[in-house]
Amino acid sequence: MNWTAIRAIYAFEMTRFFRTITQSLVSPVLSTSLYFVVFGTAIGSRIDSVEGVSYGAFIVPGLIMLSVMTQATTNASFGIYFPKFIGTVYELLSAPVNFLEITIGYVGAAATKALFIGTIIFITAFFFVDIEVQHPVAMVAFLVMTCVSFALLGFIIGIWAGNFEQLQLIPLLVITPLVFLGGSFYSVTMLPPLWQTITMFNPVVYLISGFRWAFFGAADVPVGISLAAIAFFMAACMTAIWWIFRTGWRLRQ
Amino acid sequence: MPAIVSVKDLRKTYDTGFEALKGVNLDIERGEILALLGPNGAGKTTLISAICGIAVPTSGTVTVDGHDTIRDYRAARSLIGLVPQEINLEPFEKVEDSVAFSRGLFGKRKDPAKVAEILRLLSLDDKAKSKIKELSGGMKRRVLIAKALAHEPRVLFLDEPTAGVDVELRRDMWNVVSDLKDHGVTIILTTHYIEEAEAIADRVGIISKGEILLVQDKAEMMTQMGRKELQVELAEPASSLPEALSDYDLALSPDGRTVTYTYDTRANRTGIRTMLNDLDAEGLRMVDLKTQQSSLEEIFTQLVKEQQS
Repeated sequence: MNWTAIRAIYAFEMTRFFRTITQSLVSPVLSTSLYFVVFGTAIGSRIDSVEGVSYGAFIVPGLIMLSVMTQATTNASFGIYFPKFIGTVYELLSAPVNFLEITIGYVGAAATKALFIGTIIFITAFFFVDIEVQHPVAMVAFLVMTCVSFALLGFIIGIWAGNFEQLQLIPLLVITPLVFLGGSFYSVTMLPPLWQTITMFNPVVYLISGFRWAFFGAADVPVGISLAAIAFFMAACMTAIWWIFRTGWRLRQ
Repeated sequence: MPAIVSVKDLRKTYDTGFEALKGVNLDIERGEILALLGPNGAGKTTLISAICGIAVPTSGTVTVDGHDTIRDYRAARSLIGLVPQEINLEPFEKVEDSVAFSRGLFGKRKDPAKVAEILRLLSLDDKAKSKIKELSGGMKRRVLIAKALAHEPRVLFLDEPTAGVDVELRRDMWNVVSDLKDHGVTIILTTHYIEEAEAIADRVGIISKGEILLVQDKAEMMTQMGRKELQVELAEPASSLPEALSDYDLALSPDGRTVTYTYDTRANRTGIRTMLNDLDAEGLRMVDLKTQQSSLEEIFTQLVKEQQS
């Protein structure tokens, strides 16, 4: 393994993040605060509690997940799309690095950024609601795995995208709906039976459910299944990336 | 000593079916400056891309210092530096950061002193802390070279380093290249400026339509392939050339004062002596003689024309 190269890519990406730190942090914090005000306070005051948790607290894990998934995806996709767009990708392709090293560098950085933003939102949540975390280690583990797997997905999108519109397309058309319908703001058990069944095909349900379990000890699906689902998702993304680099798809001529 | 870069029967066919390289064979000697000369679309960039790992060859092999560029890509690529044709740089980055990044990417330990030395070599030392977007076009091109040199490669590929660069900067660039050669770096540059190949190359390769037509020592190529012209200045203007001289390849200038004789330096007999005797016999008195070597440009145009016909 060329760890020097991995470190170089990671540091390069993190520098870019810190160069725009204000805008990187202000917008997720602002939008999360708005969610708390609208869903937590305005609407939440009319809902007693969900599975024994006040509605304001109930949506915290979902909100963190919503931001983390979006941020991990967009950061990773932009991270690899930008060099393709401005042409600096030639350097990556001609360097003595393999797909794993490039992926660790970019995905690691994107996941770190998402984790950073997730933590900030978690802290922000304390200002709005009372929450306690029952399984802190599991919470961190779920958060990290989510950051990494969505960064992997974003990385694939960034390689696939041929223009800025396509770069926005998947996050907007696929990820946002999946996250909203994945139980960010409600428990899956609140849905009619048919929709409960349909929802089970949404991978995000397993992530949010597992994450929520780490907070409140209650989940829509067993934790083991959540873990298996996220592991499967990660493995699928890694396989896709390995194939991309092996064939040079959308990267090498 | 074996060649530092050895290209064997390299072919590249793009998905569109376009055959950019049609079985290229090329040996690049250690420490030389090789200029690859060819018209636009000849396959120069594709050849470099296939050697450096940016394009995947359809077939054929490339070795760099004995390392196969596919099987042993880490060792091969570590020896290569690439300066692309386009100015591909991250605009918001600082010059020294960009060069240090390239060094890290190639797996070399951080070494600010080395980075500073490279920047000095390219006269970029006072721009080290500047953002790339603040630099002029010529400076950016130097940054590209600095990035390619960051990991101390043994072979440097320069893809049209002086395309769209003004004359002064072009000369600067040539000095940089010859400095690098003095440091023992092998340099391959592509160009469609013949003047450039003529000025700095040790050997010249001519590439056209995906094939290498010729690779030869520059001076040798010019003497062997070159056609020379002998200009004879006459004491009195002639209205036309005498019939007796029609066997020679002669031309009379419009003012009738100069007779130009074109001959091939490769021929056993240039025919200069007999031609001059015959001129004299016809009563054309000469006052001065001048010879002129044809340029690489003419050699090149002729070769490409021959290939097309």
